Amino acid sequence: MQRGDSLSSPFVPFSPNPSIQQGTPTSTPPLKHTLSSSTSSNLRYSSSRKSIYDRHLNRSQRSELSKASFAFLFGEMVQYAQKRVNGIADLEKKLNLHGYSIGQRLLELLLWREGRSAKRETRILGILQFITTTVYRSIFNKPADGLEKSRDNEDEYMLIDNDPMVNSYISVPKEMSQLNCAAFVAGIIEAVLDGCLFPGRVTAHSVPTEQLPAKTVFLIKFDESVIERESVLG
Amino acid sequence: MSATKARVGEDAWKTRIDKVNAELVTLTYGSIVAQLCRDFEGDYLEVNKQLEKMGYNIGLRLIEDFLAKTNMGKCANFRETAETIAKVGFKVFLNITPTVTNWTTDNKQFSLIFEENPLADFVELPDDGRAQNELWYSNMLCGVLRGALEMVQMQVDAHFASDILRGNEVTEMRVTLVRIIDDELPPGED
Repeated sequence: MQRGDSLSSPFVPFSPNPSIQQGTPTSTPPLKHTLSSSTSSNLRYSSSRKSIYDRHLNRSQRSELSKASFAFLFGEMVQYAQKRVNGIADLEKKLNLHGYSIGQRLLELLLWREGRSAKRETRILGILQFITTTVYRSIFNKPADGLEKSRDNEDEYMLIDNDPMVNSYISVPKEMSQLNCAAFVAGIIEAVLDGCLFPGRVTAHSVPTEQLPAKTVFLIKFDESVIERESVLG
Repeated sequence: MSATKARVGEDAWKTRIDKVNAELVTLTYGSIVAQLCRDFEGDYLEVNKQLEKMGYNIGLRLIEDFLAKTNMGKCANFRETAETIAKVGFKVFLNITPTVTNWTTDNKQFSLIFEENPLADFVELPDDGRAQNELWYSNMLCGVLRGALEMVQMQVDAHFASDILRGNEVTEMRVTLVRIIDDELPPGED
């Protein structure tokens, strides 16, 4: 399945597999059509248990684990990534990728859970509010702290989080002070935007203030196509 | 004895633990395993080792967090250790209580049977013929146990004996006490 012809179109082609977006490495491999004769799965399933496809997706909706578990996992993730990169930008990119694969799955889950009343967001403000409230609330139990539009650039918006949970257990050494591990959350946001056909780049920047030393701004820069589409829609 | 431990675990879970959405943890763990599989290009045995190593690093720090949250005293013997791990340890961090069974006669080996595993919720192993035979998805838990117990003077070996993701009936981890680590003075000191 080639998608080379869509490079000239201003609109991102609709892909039945939302994880395939141009230019972004995907964590879900595209469906492969192998030459082997068997198309059936060779996976063994436990006979006494239902397979994961029988389990209800809402089963784990309200379940909770300790914050420490997440903190330890995230810390290990950062440490592992640190060993395989040179430089802060690369490390942030790796964290972004991790967040990206999480965001893809989170988006599907959240939209499915909204059910019949789910509204497909076509406007920038709409999707940003979806992220600020629904997405943020589902992972962090609180909406994001602010949403702003940049005055200088048409295509830039800022999502503000006064105290990103992922950073609360990370201490950054002085020589890496530009690193912001909220690049992970930036990846989640980017995946949600890409999945809803608002391609762009999301980066995390720390903007500490006196009262809020951990304040982070997620800079969302949309692609040309999105801004054009937005102006067409009026 | 185990009833009080269960109560300690429940208590700590309800009062002293900050909670986070379980799906976030599940997705994060999945992302880590997927990244490892990509980095090692399908060498699942290496992935197992790496997961265990990462778990070991976590375990070294987790034990302090555990002791701080639960104020548990020293366990008298390995059996008590096993009960504590199952009823308090796993409860406090993963909100599950695996069952402790299959003790050997010398009381040095036991099995943990996991009824549910939040790390492996909604996970299916890759269908490439090898993953189901080689990858232990939750291998990080083995490393966590090894690291945590090493910090309390117990050298253990933990490995998975079966896993629902592999098509087995239950997820079972086998834990063996190798030796008690006595503090040894460095040579030259009395």
